[in-house]
Amino acid sequence: MAHAIFFYVFSTIAIVSAIMVTASKNTVHSVFFLILDFISVSCLFIMIGAEFLGMIMLIVYVGAVAVLFLFVVMMLNVAQQKNQWFLSSQSSRHIPIGLIIGTIIFFELIIVVGGWKYKPELFEKTNSTSSFEGISNTHSLGQVLYTDYIHIFQISGMVLLVAMIGAIVLTFRQRVGVKKQSYIKQISRERSEGVEVLEVQSNKGVKIDD
Amino acid sequence: MIDIGLGHYLTLGAIIFSIGIIGIFLNRKNIIVILMSIELILLSVNINLVAFSIYLGDLTGQVFTLFILTVAAAEAAIGLAIIVVYFRNSGTIRVEEIDKLKG
Repeated sequence: MAHAIFFYVFSTIAIVSAIMVTASKNTVHSVFFLILDFISVSCLFIMIGAEFLGMIMLIVYVGAVAVLFLFVVMMLNVAQQKNQWFLSSQSSRHIPIGLIIGTIIFFELIIVVGGWKYKPELFEKTNSTSSFEGISNTHSLGQVLYTDYIHIFQISGMVLLVAMIGAIVLTFRQRVGVKKQSYIKQISRERSEGVEVLEVQSNKGVKIDD
Repeated sequence: MIDIGLGHYLTLGAIIFSIGIIGIFLNRKNIIVILMSIELILLSVNINLVAFSIYLGDLTGQVFTLFILTVAAAEAAIGLAIIVVYFRNSGTIRVEEIDKLKG
């Protein structure tokens, strides 16, 4: 009973906020609704027993990805641009096509669920790497992740490394006209090019040419 | 209705997935909202994997959810970097005005 109540509450929040992500006029509001969506889905995960993934979801999505989105939205000053959703005549052409494709995909997915209802033995319980008895979800996940899936784990680390390098390379730019310290120039300077000893003639002064 | 099973979670995943697809199609604002719709789609895939993993007693689904999380984070970082570079070069990220490839 409590399970049902919590499921319906959190899934309603998730669906409504998912709609608001795409429908709200202000982009900052969509980011906030995205955060709300992630939080409610992670509550669902914790509720059905995947605590570790729920927490990781909070940390990674809300703590990193959504904040990254928020940074970019505020950096690019998109709030000034007029957001029109249904207003422009050029864009309203896409609305029926988008709705038709979306509903078709939704009903296809629902048909998949329905087919599983009619043939329940299609999904037998497997006991290959079932969650271990008596230990927590995090513990059992760690026991599988660092043994059976260690190579995929390492490759996902490589994916993150490539993403980091790629983001830096993409957004890096050399500004012109900024004075910077150059260590090579400083170290390789010698006395001959820095100091010049001149004989000062009387009544003539010193003529310095740069 | 009261008894929550695997089908409920799959339906939730299907609804969020279709909202993400519709969001990509109907979006007339900026590309950032399209990236957020892609995040919604990945989230619904995660819901499906975790629900199957819990109800079938197989831990593999949760492991792969972890990897999808990694890929989603990497994709968001790269995508936002591309958007920043594009905005710097062209001054706009409105979907209607990005039509360079059409010639």
